[in-house]
Amino acid sequence: MAYSFPEEVLEHVFSFLSSDRDRNAVSLVCKSWYDIERWCRRRIFVGNCYAVSPEMVIRRFPELRAVEMKGKPHFADFNLVPEGWGAYAYPWIAAMAEAYPFLEEIKLKRMVVTDDTLELISKSCKNFKLLVLTSCEGFTTDGLASIAANCRHLRELDLRESEVEELSGHWLSHFPDSCTSLVSLNISCLGSEVSFSILERLVARSPNLRTLRLNRAVPLERLANLIRRAPQLVELGTGAYSAEIRSDTFSNLADAFSACKQLKALSGFWDVVPSYLPAMYSVCSGITSLNLSYAAIPSTDLVKLISQCQNLQRLWVMDYIEDSGLDVLAASCKDLQELRVFPSDPFGAEPNVSLTEQGLVSVSEGCPKLESVLYFCRQMSNAALIAIAKNRPNFIRFRLCIIDPQAPDYLTLEPLDAGFGAIVEKCKELRRLSMTGLLTDRVFKYIGSHAKKLEMLSIAFAGDSDLGLHHVLSGCDSLRKLEIRDCPFGDKALLANAAKLETMRSLWMSSCSVSFGACKLLAQKMPRLNVEVIDERGPPDSRPESCSVERVYVYRTVASRQRLDMPDFVWTLDEDSSLRYS
Amino acid sequence: METSVATELRLGLPGRDRSEAKIISVSNKRSSSEMDDSCDPQQESVVPAQKAQVVGWPPVRSYRKNILQKKAESSSDGSAMFVKVSMDGAPYLRKIDLKFYTNYLDLLKALQSMFKCTIGVYSEREGYDGSEFAPTYEDKDGDWMLVGDVPWEMFVTSCKRMRIMKGSEARGLGCL
Repeated sequence: MAYSFPEEVLEHVFSFLSSDRDRNAVSLVCKSWYDIERWCRRRIFVGNCYAVSPEMVIRRFPELRAVEMKGKPHFADFNLVPEGWGAYAYPWIAAMAEAYPFLEEIKLKRMVVTDDTLELISKSCKNFKLLVLTSCEGFTTDGLASIAANCRHLRELDLRESEVEELSGHWLSHFPDSCTSLVSLNISCLGSEVSFSILERLVARSPNLRTLRLNRAVPLERLANLIRRAPQLVELGTGAYSAEIRSDTFSNLADAFSACKQLKALSGFWDVVPSYLPAMYSVCSGITSLNLSYAAIPSTDLVKLISQCQNLQRLWVMDYIEDSGLDVLAASCKDLQELRVFPSDPFGAEPNVSLTEQGLVSVSEGCPKLESVLYFCRQMSNAALIAIAKNRPNFIRFRLCIIDPQAPDYLTLEPLDAGFGAIVEKCKELRRLSMTGLLTDRVFKYIGSHAKKLEMLSIAFAGDSDLGLHHVLSGCDSLRKLEIRDCPFGDKALLANAAKLETMRSLWMSSCSVSFGACKLLAQKMPRLNVEVIDERGPPDSRPESCSVERVYVYRTVASRQRLDMPDFVWTLDEDSSLRYS
Repeated sequence: METSVATELRLGLPGRDRSEAKIISVSNKRSSSEMDDSCDPQQESVVPAQKAQVVGWPPVRSYRKNILQKKAESSSDGSAMFVKVSMDGAPYLRKIDLKFYTNYLDLLKALQSMFKCTIGVYSEREGYDGSEFAPTYEDKDGDWMLVGDVPWEMFVTSCKRMRIMKGSEARGLGCL
């Protein structure tokens, strides 16, 4: 201790460390650094709400101001996690509301949040400033009313794609007249109308409002008035972008837009009437982010808008853009970093638009800064993937979804192993990969050999045998999240790589060939892994041990392996290796 | 780790039947396992019909799926509404999807672009008087009407086909 700096100095030095990883590293240096660091940590990120318990967090970090947490695994987005699995926010919030009266920020993703939870936050945390609920569910507009009414200093309320039970549109009126602190409001996920006059007054008295994302129910005719009251907006989400063609509506809108000199991001655009798009032209040159992923308009109209946005960095769009539109994008938007193309008719048997692998090849050729892609299409070839990999070795996120998940190379009818192999080989900084198409164990060999920085991998309907899974688990040094569905991967690879699983956040396998016996063995072997068998057919021990389980979710945890909120279709192993269920 | 664990069979989608790939939709049989064949009645059953949808595929989030569904529902009789469009003097007909447009203006713009003609502006009193061409349509009752007279939604549901008439001929169809 004679050699160490005074605590205050160390604290000051640590205050410059913002990344969790740096702070975690610092706390491992020695006991006194651990102690100093834990007292001055203000922000925490918990990637899996079951990896640790609220008590442990509170014990270690007594002075938190901001908490970010994730609950259900990613595949819950596609209905692969049965209802009632877990991820309840209340126990966390209840513990933290008591321990952290000065808590300011809560960000939750894929968690179940009740009205009680929201009310508790609003009443306990006097200084509460920021609430972001991404893909959450379980609350109603009453909960929102509590937040609006009680959080006097609220700056951000962001309900990204959460499912809200809408009892009334009046919750918005619970914001008191004295509330002028709003910086960000995102209600785009709400289906029903909110009072427009209340909304307008709220916007008018929020001089710091930078982000306003409206919901579909806000008609185009009211948009101009709203924007006019907030010319300082940086991010705007429109409501339904359609109205009868009237020149006064148009000019009103165009005038309102032209006053917004700081606008950088646009979204919303449900029900677009193309004739109204030119009303936005005055702001297009400043736009860096454009979300047109709900706009069902022909390629020609999409292209007219996009070609005005020379500084575009992020584009989300539906496949109505077609290959021709992507060609124009490649030619006009040289700063493009992220592209997402969503399917307009995902369940249709036949293609309804002319969007193929060619569009992605064009963009990869024309946009030198492109690093993140999510692309839905109906055909792919190894040649195209190889070309894309060659064009764009700087990919960090590459997610391809072919509508037919086992589609081969449509030109050669071969598996797409070589194509994805090229992606992982050339893109050395790749952190996230989702694959589809006809894929054999060979592609996993390539991934295991090359994808050394890969952190998240999503696999569906791929592979031939356990060898595939083994390649991934033994080769991908940076792997944190692995999610697999409908692959013939089973016990051998899992058990042979048990230790690897403790270095990862989680592993999800559904409709694979993992037997109940192997799950028990894994749980016995690895006491710090929670092996959840999620099976709706009744107790797994009512069937032979060699039977495959419907789903298994394995995650490392320092909390108890017997979470108290397990539903009756989840089984974990008890201390004495017997089966436990609620 | 043995390298000899190789399966011939793969999990496949319902009803798939490829000649060159070895994909057969059966249960999770493995050559070297001690697995009891009879344990999984559910997974052993041959998968259902051709168009059966697989849970969670394609991976589109419920939020987006709901939006797409709303769009599909709002077009009550299917996802498209194609009607034939003829133009006086043009050698062949065209077909357009009325559901793709949300108002008369966009429809007329599209027609003008498609047939390289000028249709002009609609007025309740004069119809398309003064224009070179006037758009008309046959409704469910078999009557020929001027495009624009009825509200858009009514037009979409009652229009059976369209004809772009020469302005001179259309004069008789004016509202008053």
